[in-house]
Amino acid sequence: MEYKSNELLICIASRQMEDGTSAFIGTGIPMLAAALAKRMHAPNLIPLFEFGGVGGTLEVLPLGVGDSKTFYKAWAALVICDLMETAQRGMVDYGFLGGAQIDMYGNLNSTVIGPQPKPKVRLPGSGGANDIGSSCWKTIAVMQHTARRFMPKVDFVTTAGYLTGPGAREAAGLAPNSGPYRVVSNLALMGYDEETKRMKLLATNPGVTVQQVVENTGFELIIPDKVGINEPPSDKELTLLRNEIDPGRLYI
Amino acid sequence: MGEQESGLNKLLLSPDANDIREWLHKNKSMVLKDKVMSESEAIRTFIREGCYIATELYGSVRAPMSLCREVVRQGFKDLSLAGQGVMETEHLISGKCVKRIELTYQGWEVYGISNILRRAAESGEVTISEWSNASLAWRLKAAAMGIPFIPTRSMLGTDTFKYSGAKTIECPFTGQKLVALPASPVDVGIIHVHRADLYGNCQIDGITGFAWELARASKRLIISCEEIIPTDEIRKYPDRTIIPWFLVDAVVHAPFGSYPGEMCYYYERDKQHIKDYIDQTETEEGAQAYLQKWVTGPKSHAEFLELVGAEKMDELRKAVLGR
Repeated sequence: MEYKSNELLICIASRQMEDGTSAFIGTGIPMLAAALAKRMHAPNLIPLFEFGGVGGTLEVLPLGVGDSKTFYKAWAALVICDLMETAQRGMVDYGFLGGAQIDMYGNLNSTVIGPQPKPKVRLPGSGGANDIGSSCWKTIAVMQHTARRFMPKVDFVTTAGYLTGPGAREAAGLAPNSGPYRVVSNLALMGYDEETKRMKLLATNPGVTVQQVVENTGFELIIPDKVGINEPPSDKELTLLRNEIDPGRLYI
Repeated sequence: MGEQESGLNKLLLSPDANDIREWLHKNKSMVLKDKVMSESEAIRTFIREGCYIATELYGSVRAPMSLCREVVRQGFKDLSLAGQGVMETEHLISGKCVKRIELTYQGWEVYGISNILRRAAESGEVTISEWSNASLAWRLKAAAMGIPFIPTRSMLGTDTFKYSGAKTIECPFTGQKLVALPASPVDVGIIHVHRADLYGNCQIDGITGFAWELARASKRLIISCEEIIPTDEIRKYPDRTIIPWFLVDAVVHAPFGSYPGEMCYYYERDKQHIKDYIDQTETEEGAQAYLQKWVTGPKSHAEFLELVGAEKMDELRKAVLGR
């Protein structure tokens, strides 16, 4: 089946979600990805929504992280402090994040383009992103891939990635063994080099060359000898997305 | 362990716990009295020019829309705002009520960024310090606990910390570096709930966001509610009282008080109204035209609901997902 760029992004993000784990889900693509994962390979994924929803079925797509659909048929309807504290004490596996800019250490900007006082473009701000990036074990960023978004230095570090490199998170006071894990973009899937903590290419999306990924990345991306190719969305994934998950075509 | 680091921005509230104790002791009481009043009286009585206010919840969900519209109607010009918000806080900004924001998020989630925040921040019309969602909630929690700060691990190492008003500290037990978040005892908290009695005992259905913390961190607390229920109902289900009367200063009856946002189990959001509003706010003229029609045009929440129409409210009641 033919598919749109957004549908591919949702499918690749969905495949990163692991059965039997917990994950903070943000608005938009992560919500669709979680809804898809629960119907595909991860029925026991526990989606967490920062204002209190725990383990909703995602039968109906929420429009925001406080929406009543985030706790429809859920295990619990709690509160923001409780869920953020659950992450702070090490009980949340994954956090899905987005942003306007990302650098090679996975630091994310969702605050301003330009200086903080009187910016060129004022973005929404941290929201829960900083907390999720500080306290979840692994974070997965979902991004549009252009050289202006994948930058050598982000204008503002809203959410901590590996900061300035190996050891920097720990030196800043953040928990050891936590940090960025994957980046899902419309061009490729990236991970991080264990030693240098720098972003590295793992797999390209169907029809995308390594060269295209490099050209659209504003910093030096580590290119390993072996680069995989992501499977295109399957008919089953697309049918679920279009007929069950987003029949109103809010996102796709 | 390095030196103590400090966020660049000045705090808008003193976290001094002794001052708050004195103030609360002098000004609040456990005496039961009827606190029901109109939104106009509640806002006029408890909000003063220069006040620091905070709203709850967020995202067109159980937001105190009717009270925020009244703040705009009364023409405040110099408020400070704590914040995460969508339409409720956008109204306060485009109504030119706000000069300073301790911000965590102002945007439309799936519908994109806030044009109103963009214009206000990029022109320098409002000054903004940066925080995270949990940080703001924990700052309220510290105030609720009656302590001047609370240690956490959010914001460490980031520009969000740098542009906040927090400081780092060394844990006296482990030597680890932490962020000390200053308590924020806000001047006026504004919360919309499902049900309250005339004394201000409140019940909320569904997730409770940070209502617990904000209610306890507020020097003055204005409640709006979908229904005013008999005190017998409160006493029959005391386990449901999330905000007890002695925290509350005003109870305002506001059915559809979160409209055009949602109120779980009561009514759905008006998606078309929200979408049209966002389109309209692309220009300053459009944003002001919206305010004139929907906010300053109606003289009260009752008049606002007449503009919305009974048919629309019925439709939204029926659209609720249920349990």
